[in-house]
Amino acid sequence: MRQTKQNPGQLNSMGYAPIPGSIAEFRGATKLFGEVVAADHIDLAIFKGEFLSFLGPSGCGKTTALRMLAGFETPSRGDVLIDGDRVNDMPPHRRPVNMVFQHYALFPHLNVFDNIAYGLRQRRPRPGASEIATKVERTLETVRLPGYGKRRIWEMSGGQQQRVALARALVNEPKLLLLDEPMAALDRKLRREMQIELQTLQRQLGITFVLVTHDQEEALSMSDRICLMRGGRIVQIGSPRSLYDEPASRYVADFVGKSNFFEGRLSGRSAGIGSVETRSGMLLSGRTVGDFAEGQTVAVSIRPEQCLLSQSEPGEAAAGATRIKVRIRNRIFLGEHTEYLVESGGMGEFLVHVSRQADAMSGAFEAGEEAWASWPREAAIVLENDATSEPPKKGNEHVEEK
Amino acid sequence: MRLYAMAVYLFLYIPIGIILLFSFSAGRSASQFEGFSLQWYGKALSNPFVMDALSTSFTVAVISAGIAGIFGTMAALALQSMRGRMRLFFDALIYIAVMVPGIVIGIATLIALVTVFGWLNPLLAAIWPEGQVPPQMSMGYGSLIAAHTLFSMALVIIIVRARIAGMDRSLTEASSDLYATPFGTFRQITLPMIFPGILAGVLLSFTFSFDDFIIAFFVAGSETTLPIYVFSSIRRGVTPEINAIGSMVLIVSLSLLIVAQLILQRGRTPRS
Ligand SMILES: Nc1ncnc2c1ncn2[C@@H]1O[C@H](COP(=O)(O)OP(=O)(O)OP(=O)(O)O)[C@@H](O)[C@H]1O
Ligand SMILES: [Mg+2]
Repeated sequence: MRQTKQNPGQLNSMGYAPIPGSIAEFRGATKLFGEVVAADHIDLAIFKGEFLSFLGPSGCGKTTALRMLAGFETPSRGDVLIDGDRVNDMPPHRRPVNMVFQHYALFPHLNVFDNIAYGLRQRRPRPGASEIATKVERTLETVRLPGYGKRRIWEMSGGQQQRVALARALVNEPKLLLLDEPMAALDRKLRREMQIELQTLQRQLGITFVLVTHDQEEALSMSDRICLMRGGRIVQIGSPRSLYDEPASRYVADFVGKSNFFEGRLSGRSAGIGSVETRSGMLLSGRTVGDFAEGQTVAVSIRPEQCLLSQSEPGEAAAGATRIKVRIRNRIFLGEHTEYLVESGGMGEFLVHVSRQADAMSGAFEAGEEAWASWPREAAIVLENDATSEPPKKGNEHVEEK
Repeated sequence: MRLYAMAVYLFLYIPIGIILLFSFSAGRSASQFEGFSLQWYGKALSNPFVMDALSTSFTVAVISAGIAGIFGTMAALALQSMRGRMRLFFDALIYIAVMVPGIVIGIATLIALVTVFGWLNPLLAAIWPEGQVPPQMSMGYGSLIAAHTLFSMALVIIIVRARIAGMDRSLTEASSDLYATPFGTFRQITLPMIFPGILAGVLLSFTFSFDDFIIAFFVAGSETTLPIYVFSSIRRGVTPEINAIGSMVLIVSLSLLIVAQLILQRGRTPRS
């Protein structure tokens, strides 16, 4: 199992110049499980002190990437670097990284204190008992569980166990903290709380966090950078904002946040603006992302919250704005905003989000009513039409494993 | 239906109940109860032949259970890290080993050992220094322990395997992630987690060896274990003394079995 197929003449760790400011790197890291390519030529630098998320649907290789950092998997090709050293063959117990496991993997035969002290006690020379006690107590306070040391693991609630798992990793002051879907087993409200807490903790401690999640909301709200994956490859790396506003392809726009897509052929482009002719003959224009040939099939993405709904036809706005007459099909109240499903003859059905304020001002629309939908040209993005074969998992459709 | 079930239970337990009852009888007869007394227990425990047989049985049981515990655990761990067909093959072999009738193990061990001894003894005699008596290898403690270990080891492997399989693999990963060496992980995580299984396996092995008659009968040589003693004295007629011995064996075995079961169960509960 644990074998690296090395290309002849591959450089050893001396030959690598780490990217400045990086704490870990993947260099063309590929992991094969028999025929399955779990990670496909991953190139990525993780920077000191950042909060990076691997995001993607089930089976896209997020866990595999994380396990290569932890040392549980050895890349079949390529390299993994930690702190400038090639660590492909370094076993997990020698790596200065710690992991929070998905189901916590707390040791059931040890109490909370001994679980947290476990890593410290493996150090050689072994730290003194009082030093261990001080560190454990301090970490228990950090995760807001002071005085819980004597408890048994099974006496702790799910959220508390999660904090113990976090403390068990943090007490070692790792260079890199790896978290594999740490909040998947928590209910929605608790998950939200833990997300905020984790983020605060990361800022406070300055430790580099690498999080694996398939919950796009989680990734958006917590990360400095998101690494979106698909089929073992990295599709896009960037800040949550850039992934949301500048998706590299339809897949990204679809996975990160909600979006409407209109397929069509690129009929013309100039200065970063593309015109797209939909199947029904409508002309849409928007920013182009990527290099397209005229005539190519593309997708135009419009975020539901960037559409406006109005009762009367909006006046002439900026050049290239789109205005279409629609019929309201359905209305769903979602708390902070209202989601309308609207239909237009030329474009089929699509979603529009209207904030509560706007809804209150213009008066809510009823199903069956007619209205005008409009959006500025900047809201429309012309994207590569790499339609998703597998339906992407979204945060609120979280699927519990086991 | 309930009557039928009752009949089965009565059929099973009445003979055992009778043995227990008559072991407390004050009289000489094994078929007529003549008042409560512990005298037969006293008699049995002061009979040098009984004590001798008991000590043989106890020694063999302790040693074979100990060896089975150690090697069975090692084998279980090795099997766990095996993959694919090899593992299926060895798993099958172990289940078969448990199901092989005692009489077959007895005969097979006897034939194998006799053959080996018949081959080794002349060899030893040939290489032994002139003028000294060469050792004669023969049936006895060694063959008893070997035959019992053979069977018990399969028991231990099966029980420990079940424990290991029930263990979350991420626990050992977490341990190595927390800087424990492979041996450190074994000592601090794997061993404590599978220990109830080992202990239960050892206790079961002990009771198996302690009660075993069939295998022992073939391979004991000149040694007498407790079941063999009981068997040979029964031919001179059943006495309340035999009942007392039987009751003691029953109580020891039963309590060990119950303890083993409790250990296995308790080891299972505190997992969330
Ligand atoms: N030990 C393994 N043996 C064989 N195949 C594996 C192994 N681990 C992962 N795979 C395969 O590699 C691919 C990537 O798996 P990985 O666990 O990295 O996905 P993931 O993105 O973490 O998915 P999820 O969100 O479901 O956890 C999958 O197709 C999976 O079946
Ligand atoms: Mg995973």
